[in-house]
Amino acid sequence: MKTIFFRYRKIKNVGMYALCVASVLVALVPLMLIFYHTISHGLEALSVNFFTQLPKPVGEPGGGLGNAIVGTLILVGLGSLIGLPIGIFSGVYLSEFGNNKFGMIVRFMTDVLNGVPSIVTGVVAYTIVVLPAKHFSAYAGGFALGILMIPIVTRTTEEMLKTVPNSYREAALALGIPQWKTTLRIIIPSAIGGIVTGVMLAVARAAGETAPLLFTALNNRFWHTTLDQPIASLTVFIYNYGVSPFEDWIAQAWAGALVLILLILFLSVAVRFATRQRF
Amino acid sequence: MNALNHGESQSPKSASWNVGDMIFKYLTSFFAALVLLLIALMAYEMYSSSSLSIQKFGWGFLIGTEWDPVMDQYGALPFVYGTLVSSFIALVLALPVGLGVAIFLTELAPKWIERPLSFTIELLAGIPSIVYGLWGFFVMVPWIRTTVEPFLSKYLGSIPLFAGAPYGVGMLAAGIILSIMILPIISSISRDVLKAVPIAQKEAALALGSTRWESTRIALSYSRSGIMGATILGLGRAFGETMAVTMVIGNRPVISASLFEPGYTMASVLANEFTEATSEMYISALIEIALVLFVVALLVNAAARLLVWSFTRNSDVGGRL
Repeated sequence: MKTIFFRYRKIKNVGMYALCVASVLVALVPLMLIFYHTISHGLEALSVNFFTQLPKPVGEPGGGLGNAIVGTLILVGLGSLIGLPIGIFSGVYLSEFGNNKFGMIVRFMTDVLNGVPSIVTGVVAYTIVVLPAKHFSAYAGGFALGILMIPIVTRTTEEMLKTVPNSYREAALALGIPQWKTTLRIIIPSAIGGIVTGVMLAVARAAGETAPLLFTALNNRFWHTTLDQPIASLTVFIYNYGVSPFEDWIAQAWAGALVLILLILFLSVAVRFATRQRF
Repeated sequence: MNALNHGESQSPKSASWNVGDMIFKYLTSFFAALVLLLIALMAYEMYSSSSLSIQKFGWGFLIGTEWDPVMDQYGALPFVYGTLVSSFIALVLALPVGLGVAIFLTELAPKWIERPLSFTIELLAGIPSIVYGLWGFFVMVPWIRTTVEPFLSKYLGSIPLFAGAPYGVGMLAAGIILSIMILPIISSISRDVLKAVPIAQKEAALALGSTRWESTRIALSYSRSGIMGATILGLGRAFGETMAVTMVIGNRPVISASLFEPGYTMASVLANEFTEATSEMYISALIEIALVLFVVALLVNAAARLLVWSFTRNSDVGGRL
């Protein structure tokens, strides 16, 4: 009786861990499939023209999404103008002065902001920027992306500054260097790799966002001349082309997805490399 | 960091330095305050822009089933229902797998597997929503239509959940794609939480003669509030997902018992109808949906963070996510 029970426990031990291994495999399958299909479909329509030419009308073969790629870069750039200063400075605050109640609240709300759905950010950008101006614009899209970037940059900056040993701060203060100089000239440079990591993570997230751009930046089939007008982005083009009934367009949507995935993959590996090197 | 917060206690001689320090401190705290202001501004903007619909429909907005832009009649229940059901399916599918992955990473995997594996699974979190949507629309939906749904209706067809024609697009497809998307959140936070379990807990169990799995069970029950937090965070992410869901859920504002039928979520109605909204009441109703999503996101995230924080506060891990 005793041995049967013992055997049952042993079998359960092996069985449950086997289930854990199985769930790892289950988790990896969709990842592999997404990469496989995106690469195999995406390569079909990928060419030099894809990066340099304007979209062609339906039925005309060729053309590319050059304007959309430039548009995504512009939008992410605009977003960075908002997201990076706020994110980096509030990260510095949280790490260097944030050991109080206000710091706790900011930390908490930053995490909460990170969980706000991106489409809600788009609606807010619509009410704040699009409604008063009465038209869609690159500014509105950049504003929405900027809000999304803030919490990522803030929290990584804080975490990375906290990895700088306290003895650096103490040594600098002991030498009579004011705290602001210590922070700007010693602490931040020591953690700059980590801060850049946070920036890249935020850029990767912003570049992949579609929902907040749908009714802020809208779309555009031509090269951009001004930021005050609707602007194309890779993600919105992938959406519009992906749900269209035209084969050329669907192929280009896959190519766009491939470009996007390669960009994200590149940034993730770079981030990993940057963080491993330093910490 | 603590040792540095003593600008005010320095001797009078160093007063000239303190000016720079004061400016620096107030400058950075200004930016930190901006984050709080931003959240307040978001709430205010959405509240004031949706006042038209809030006044007309009141709380009935949330339980009204009629969504009729032509008659300017708006009720959001089909969207609320779609969001809840698709997210719930996602949770049911993702939670066991995510926990399994977390247990594998903390209990079984040697270091040289653990790091690349957790990196790979976190890659899932980095793939943009639109790529999931494209893949879901062209690869997963046909598979569901030809394989999953016929299989389910053959063996479980007597249950209303799995009755009906296999469309492919619908609630089930949305739930499956969401489960893939929230898996990395659940697994990475659960991993951090499991890592924060004191080793003595497991050692004590092993010393009493339990098997390794039984000691893992002890760790799981010790960390259940943290895992609950991870689950709620995953749920919060599923509530707000837009593009992937929009492409696979079928976008029809109906409430039906079958998971094979198309549905609609709060996020996807915003994505589809916002640019087409013509009347002021229409826009106002859509913004009210965004406001509901925002409030739900605040509540869900606040609850989840509190659970995870209370668990990992005293250890080094977890705060990051």
